[in-house]
Amino acid sequence: MNDRSAVTRHTLSVLVENAAGVLSQVSRLFSRKGYNIESLAVGTTDDPEISRITIEVLCDAPMIEQIMNQLRKQFPVYSVQELLPERSIRRELVMFKVKAETPDIRNEVIQIANIFRASIIDVSLKSLTLALIGDESKADAMQKLLEAFGILELVRTGMVALERGAYTIGDETKEKAEFNLGKNVL
Amino acid sequence: MRMKTAQILMECLLEQGVDTVFGYPGGTILNVYDELELHGYKDKIRHILTAHEQGASHAADGYARSTGKVGVCFATSGPGATNLTTGIATAYYDSSPVVFITCNVSENLIGKDSFQEVDITGISMPITKCNYLVKDPGELADVIREAFAIARSGRPGPVLIDIAKNVTAEEAGYEFLPLEQHASQGRLGAMLRRASHDLKAPEPDAGDIRTLLDLIEESKMPLVLVGGGVIRSKGAVPAFRKFVETLNAPVASTIMGGGALPGNHPLFTGMIGMHGSHASNYAVDQCDLLIAIGCRFSDRVATNPATFARGAKIVHIDIDRAEIDKNVRTHHHIIGDARRVLELLNEALPAHDYPTWKEWVFSHPEVPLKKDGILHPHEILETVQAVTGGDAVIVTDVGQHQMWCAQYYHFSRPGQFITSGGFGTMGFGLGAAMGAAVGNPGKVVVHCTGDGCFRMNCHELCTESHYGIPVITVIFNNQTLGMVRQWQNLIYQKRFSQTDLDFGPDFVKLAEAYGIAGARAATQPEFEAAFRRAVESGKSCVIECAIDKDAMVHPMVSAGTPVTDFILD
Repeated sequence: MNDRSAVTRHTLSVLVENAAGVLSQVSRLFSRKGYNIESLAVGTTDDPEISRITIEVLCDAPMIEQIMNQLRKQFPVYSVQELLPERSIRRELVMFKVKAETPDIRNEVIQIANIFRASIIDVSLKSLTLALIGDESKADAMQKLLEAFGILELVRTGMVALERGAYTIGDETKEKAEFNLGKNVL
Repeated sequence: MRMKTAQILMECLLEQGVDTVFGYPGGTILNVYDELELHGYKDKIRHILTAHEQGASHAADGYARSTGKVGVCFATSGPGATNLTTGIATAYYDSSPVVFITCNVSENLIGKDSFQEVDITGISMPITKCNYLVKDPGELADVIREAFAIARSGRPGPVLIDIAKNVTAEEAGYEFLPLEQHASQGRLGAMLRRASHDLKAPEPDAGDIRTLLDLIEESKMPLVLVGGGVIRSKGAVPAFRKFVETLNAPVASTIMGGGALPGNHPLFTGMIGMHGSHASNYAVDQCDLLIAIGCRFSDRVATNPATFARGAKIVHIDIDRAEIDKNVRTHHHIIGDARRVLELLNEALPAHDYPTWKEWVFSHPEVPLKKDGILHPHEILETVQAVTGGDAVIVTDVGQHQMWCAQYYHFSRPGQFITSGGFGTMGFGLGAAMGAAVGNPGKVVVHCTGDGCFRMNCHELCTESHYGIPVITVIFNNQTLGMVRQWQNLIYQKRFSQTDLDFGPDFVKLAEAYGIAGARAATQPEFEAAFRRAVESGKSCVIECAIDKDAMVHPMVSAGTPVTDFILD
């Protein structure tokens, strides 16, 4: 098996028009090829008319290229970039609602939270809610520890990611020009 | 100026130079249809009422393919809109520019499963270049301008505009904007600015052109493969012919490339792929350089992508970057409009010749044509060719007759061969032929069809008859679903499951019921007489040709196997 056909995690960053229907247009391209999106995060950028979608999917290299090519063809899609793990930073926010019915347990959970630099965002006599920012290894490690106390609920925002350094998704490349040629010639 | 949005729609169609619309009215699109009468837009825009929305969708598509203009189709909400979907997909797969305009229920009823409500923008998402749901009257003019620009630009394709019914009754401001200014104003201008583009198409990369020229210098056995992109690119055909004549190499064609090179041109090897000629398929197998222009290596062309052009460097010229490396791995690509790329190549390409290679390619004998008194498919097409001087527009449905048309008719210009190549839509032909006839007055339009395809949408004969649209329908009647039967014959041990169609109707009587002349032919002279009469009458006619039930399309390569593994010679 060569590298190209190995199934690995791919992180895509997509700039799109902030409009109804655009998200389903983007996600459709993954389901059409039979790929389940592992993680998806959407939000507006510094320009309120533009949203940034971060998508993670498990697939091989030719498939991610095809999906990216199809994405770039969509009119509401302005830019698509694959963020390589070694050249990008990825983070997600995870919230844990943990069972904590005694002061001892609450203390212990708070200590774990401190070690992981998670914050306590809600407290009741029966539970504690923690918020953690990190990549999946950190979240998984904390999840394992908290399972001992009983996790009542867990929610993840999905990964968001940016490329390291000054390079941005908006930078012009030959490839980007080629796609725009197919899209917008009048 | 303030006016009702339905009127703005009409004004915007006039801005685009639309003079023909195919459609079917209904509850939600009433305001739009009312404008045709109320303000007399029917005098400027000819509306053709079909028997079924699907017929209208194919007619708008056939009109677009045969004229190079954008086709326009109207339909109402719900079933009216869903009846368009096959037509939209057909246009999408063959990159045909059509703007579909549907009206949805009023905004206050959207999302309530109201009568005749359907989410057509959701449904049509995978089969349109883009689509719109208009809920703001002030937005409509901009949306229409953008939709037409997108439909005809880049790689052309269908666009759908869905308008909520209440919007069509409301008023908004409208100012006439000449077509040349659309790309600098409003939404479209904003979109282009965002993509950081000016109006002129960016030039194909000079280095990419140079690389291809170098590859040509190294090559001893080049083959050119032409696809529908050269047909769709305006003015590309003369540049293409100059290119291949300077290169002097053999040229194969996909079904959509028919007409790029005259069928009887000495460099033309014929169609390639599953029913490709021996010359084309052996040439692609042996060539050392494959220059593919405006094609997408579909499974009917590259039947086995792993072995397709196995000894060749594949150079792919296309306007759509997403086609590169999609179906076959290529060695080099040039992104651009076919015409511009070919013009740049022509500027620098010296004359070549490959006598030994050409001799080898053309040494493969093609299937011998039978002449024994009974009517053979190739005789029908030879007769059509001879009687019309090769000038007729040929519109087909899908199946054996479609392949025979592609193989035996010599197309000589773009827009002359109209067929559902990508989507393979049975029932496409009659509607598309009407569109072609409306768009090309004075031209003979011949609709070649099978008995199976014709039965699917033959109700459009009433449209033809009512508007006096002169289409000559030639039915290749083998009383069976011929192409499916061919597979059953060859691959399913002659188990003819559900393909017999030997139970009518009487097509001559059917034509007469619609007020159209009908004729029957069982021999070549009978067909020639009937066809001549039809051409001379200048009116619609249905000619039913009796052909052998087991007539097959030769040659044939099975799906998934190399293009040289002919199971039928």
